[in-house]
Amino acid sequence: MNGVHDMGGMDGFGKVEPEPNEPMFHEEWEGHVLAMMRALSNAGAFNIDMSRFAQESLPPRVYLSSSYYERWFRALENMLIARGYVGTREVAEGHALEPAKALKRGKFTVGDVERIMTRGQFGRAAPGLAKFRPGDRVRARNMHPLTHTRLPRYVRGHVGVVECDHGCHVFPDTAAMDAGENPQWLYTVVFDGRELWGPDSDPTIKVSIDAFEPYLEPA
Amino acid sequence: MTEHDHDHHDHSELSEIELRVRALETVLTEKGYVEPAALDAIVQAYETRIGPHNGARVVAKAWVDPDFKRALLADATKAVGTLGHVSRVGDHLVAVENTPERHNMVVCTLCSCYPWEMLGLPPVWYKAAPYRSRAVKDPRGVLGDFGVSLPAETEIRVWDSTAETRFLVLPMRPQGTEGWSEEKLAELVTRDSMIGTGFPKTPGAPS
Repeated sequence: MNGVHDMGGMDGFGKVEPEPNEPMFHEEWEGHVLAMMRALSNAGAFNIDMSRFAQESLPPRVYLSSSYYERWFRALENMLIARGYVGTREVAEGHALEPAKALKRGKFTVGDVERIMTRGQFGRAAPGLAKFRPGDRVRARNMHPLTHTRLPRYVRGHVGVVECDHGCHVFPDTAAMDAGENPQWLYTVVFDGRELWGPDSDPTIKVSIDAFEPYLEPA
Repeated sequence: MTEHDHDHHDHSELSEIELRVRALETVLTEKGYVEPAALDAIVQAYETRIGPHNGARVVAKAWVDPDFKRALLADATKAVGTLGHVSRVGDHLVAVENTPERHNMVVCTLCSCYPWEMLGLPPVWYKAAPYRSRAVKDPRGVLGDFGVSLPAETEIRVWDSTAETRFLVLPMRPQGTEGWSEEKLAELVTRDSMIGTGFPKTPGAPS
C-alpha cells in the first residue's frame, strides 16, 4: 500500500538527531511491548509480514505521531483483535472475558525464550528457475497494490542492475495477507542515484534494494 | 519479577499508553497465551545478550584475520556462525566492506529492519522519519548530521533493507593500530561505524 511508512525520498522531516548514550528502552512499557510482540509472533498468532502490514495500516496521522513502540503496540493490539485472539471489550476492560483461541505453538513460556533469540529462517526451496542473473538490467514494476508490499515507491518504474541473488525467500506480499509463503527469488538490485533522483543528483550515490522477482521486469 | 512491580507508580500517574500496555498484558496472561515471567525473560535477554559488542568482535576479527574477512564477505551468516559467541543470525546476514573508494550505509525506508543479533536494538534515529526518508536520497546530508564527511569522489552505496537480508558494514581499520589485539581493536568499533553513519574511533582520541 502507498502509505506514509514508505518514506524513502520524502522531504521535510528535518535533521537526523542521534541521542548520546541512548538507553535500550526509554520507558519500561516499551520492553513489555517488544516482549509481547516477540512472544505472540513466536507462538504463531501472526507472522512478521502481518505485523509490518498492521503498522502500515495505522491511520497516517497516528503512524507519524506515534513513537516506534507505540506503533508496535497499536499494531499488536489490532492484529490480536482482528485475528480473534482478544476482543475489543477485553482490552478495554483489561481482563479476559471470552475463551482463548488456540495458538499454533501453544502458550509461550519461559522455556520458549531461546526460540526467539534465534532469527527466523526465510529461505525456502526454489519452486522454479531464477528469471534474472547478476548483471541483468531490470525495471522495478510500476505497481501499486492496496495490500502489503516491500517494493518502495521511490524505485518503481526505474531501471537498475541485478547484483546478486539470495535464493528464494518467503514472499511478504502474500504472507502478510495470510495467503501463504509463496517463495520467490530475491535479488539485490542497484540503482544509480541519478536514475532515481534526476540528473542533478549526486553522481556518486548508488542505492540498492532487495527485490522479489515479481517486483521486476526485464529492461 | 512479579507482575507489574512498578514500585513507585500508582495508576493515577500512568500514561494512557502504559495503562493500555498493562491491560493487554493482563488479558494475554489471563487467557493463557503467555507466562508473565517469559515476557520478563525476553526483556532481560535483549538487555543483556545483544548489542553492538557482538558486531564489534566480528569486525575486529575481520581486521586481523584475512581468511575470516574473506569468509565474512562471502557468507557472513556462515562466518559469524563459526565464532559461536553470538546468538545465531539466521540465514541472511550480508557484510559489506568500506574501502577508500566506496562507503556503505544501511537503512530501512519501509520500517526499521536492522541486524539485531549484530548491533542490538536499533537507536531511535534509525527508526525515525528523518533518517528513513533522507538516507536514500541525500546520504551525504545525513552523514553531515552525524558530523561525518567523505571525499567528494567517494562512492556512497546505500543498502535499503527491504527484505529479510540484514547488512553489517565492515568499516576500514583505523591507522595507527598495527599489532593491536582483536580485543583492543573491538573497542574502537562503534555501532554507527557498522551502520555506515560513522567511523571507528581512532587510537588516542577521546571516546
